[in-house]
Amino acid sequence: MSGDEACAEGAISAGCRFFAGYPITPATEIAERMSRRLPEVDGTYIQMEDELASMAAILGASWAGVKAMTATSGPGFSLMMENFGLGVMLETPCVLVNIQRAGPSTGLPTLTGQGDMMQARWGSHGCYSIIALSPNSPQELYDLTIKAFNLSERYRLPVLVMAEAATGHMYEKVVISPVSEIEITPRRKPTVPPEEYLPFKPDSDLVPPMANTGDGYRFHVTGLTHDERGYPAMTAEAQDKLIRRLVDKIEKNKGEIIELEEDGIDDAEVVVCSYGISARVSLIAVKRARDEGIRTGMLRLITVWPFPEDRIRELARRVKAFVVPEINYGQIALEVERCAGGMVRTILVPHMGGAVHNPELILDAIKQVVR
Amino acid sequence: MSKVAGDNKKHPLDAYLRMERLPHIWCPGCGCGVVLNCFLRGLLKSGLALDKVAVVSGIGCTGRAAGYIKLDSFHTTHGRAIPFATGLKLANPELKVVVFSGDGDLVAIGGNHLIHAARRNIDITVLCANNFNYGMTGGQLGSTTPLTARTTTSPYGNIEEPFNIPYLAAASGAVYVARWTTAQVSRLEKAITEALLKRGLSLVEVISPCPTYYGRMNKQPTGLEQMKYFRRNSVIKPDIDLKYTDIKLDGQIVVGKFVDIERPSIPDL
Repeated sequence: MSGDEACAEGAISAGCRFFAGYPITPATEIAERMSRRLPEVDGTYIQMEDELASMAAILGASWAGVKAMTATSGPGFSLMMENFGLGVMLETPCVLVNIQRAGPSTGLPTLTGQGDMMQARWGSHGCYSIIALSPNSPQELYDLTIKAFNLSERYRLPVLVMAEAATGHMYEKVVISPVSEIEITPRRKPTVPPEEYLPFKPDSDLVPPMANTGDGYRFHVTGLTHDERGYPAMTAEAQDKLIRRLVDKIEKNKGEIIELEEDGIDDAEVVVCSYGISARVSLIAVKRARDEGIRTGMLRLITVWPFPEDRIRELARRVKAFVVPEINYGQIALEVERCAGGMVRTILVPHMGGAVHNPELILDAIKQVVR
Repeated sequence: MSKVAGDNKKHPLDAYLRMERLPHIWCPGCGCGVVLNCFLRGLLKSGLALDKVAVVSGIGCTGRAAGYIKLDSFHTTHGRAIPFATGLKLANPELKVVVFSGDGDLVAIGGNHLIHAARRNIDITVLCANNFNYGMTGGQLGSTTPLTARTTTSPYGNIEEPFNIPYLAAASGAVYVARWTTAQVSRLEKAITEALLKRGLSLVEVISPCPTYYGRMNKQPTGLEQMKYFRRNSVIKPDIDLKYTDIKLDGQIVVGKFVDIERPSIPDL
């Protein structure tokens, strides 16, 4: 099946029972499959009037206690950033899939891109941390969509699946796991009676339990800066306390969140660091470099955000350079460069979008290091 | 509503308000308190199970209502209360979901969501307080400001035709549409009860005073003067062609229950 269809199946496997969306190339097939599949499992599909509404609707559904998802691409992703921020502020578990095309604006609707990686990180206004996963195949669109739901429930936030048109429209064999074999993270429910419940009082891991609407807790939540009761608190002190926790609940649990795939890193003098479809294309260059005797490692970011700073710093102490192929003019490369901290070179291999890299370009960059 | 001295004076609605959040932020003479009062009374009369009632607000003065009501309540983003409520309702059809917000939130920035929710006939109740301007930001022109009215961004008088909310809602497919002013509290309360018990998208528009901004700039500088204007100029015409329910500066305000029809609703389909 296609990557888009695999993504929809991953959502169903994860227990997603609500989808609100708006058609957009190259993510439409996710909505189409969800509109067929959800009624089969007593779920709800609704096509909203735009992406502003789609994102708002999945937040509402999540507060009703139902796992919810939407899927879009660049222009729709921009519109969703408004209520993505509300989701972060209300600490609402849900999943937002972006099948990236090339931008800006309408750009190349049918062709691939990776230009939304920084928008994923900072696209909604204000200061916060997020989780974004980057699948490199239809199988991973299935697996990582399940993982995205689990992380969203575990850390109470909207989790991003940042795939590309190339993967969303790629057809490959996908293994759908039997329900009994899928690990599901349940929502953390309040353990106190309604009169003692504080909707934003965190447990020791900085994540607060979440009540369902209609369960008698009579809670209030707001997109305004708020205290543990959920009431607006218009002070710098309240802002400090809330924002630190929203960021720290991700950054301090990075060890548990981040997933990387490494190959041939131990003796590498060059490390190719990439993600998504670009990581997959990079493998060809890595193999050719090794065949030519260049000790080349591959570091694939399955989790792009939070960024694996510590691992890059460690590697920076012993490799000669990082090579970062990505389908933009340098986004994640900036992060690698920041973490390399001037110790070693970071060589960006950019692609402006519309296709994947020619592996020759990546190989050339690897050769630059040892030349 | 100011803080009551002593602890032996109880308002009958205290149990349904987050008393620890009072005093509220609304200006003296503002109509939001009247709308809130009528909503709670109308809700209690409806007999709905309160644990199953959720209130969703957007942004603006009226949008603060959700924060004072002691029910599951959501203060969301500007204009997006209706789609948030749509998700909440469809994910758990047992809930009674009420959108409680203002004209700027529901009809301007959120106008597209309003018409689509009415078209779908989503089973929610929309309570729209209309004070003819953006109060929270200091009295700017809105999509409901009457022609020639002055606001801080129409200092020479508004040149844009405003939306006629009952006409818009009815044309979009709402199954219950009523309009009252804050000067007709018992009729308003009754309309809210009816709207809450209606299956499908019900909308109650409440013409509400904003003396601090709209009133002051349009020769009605106190809440009392605005209320007197509402009472003097309100005409009950339930059978009127909704084309004629538009509101002109200092003009007639046609009030009444305009629409009460049956149509299949989502999530019943």
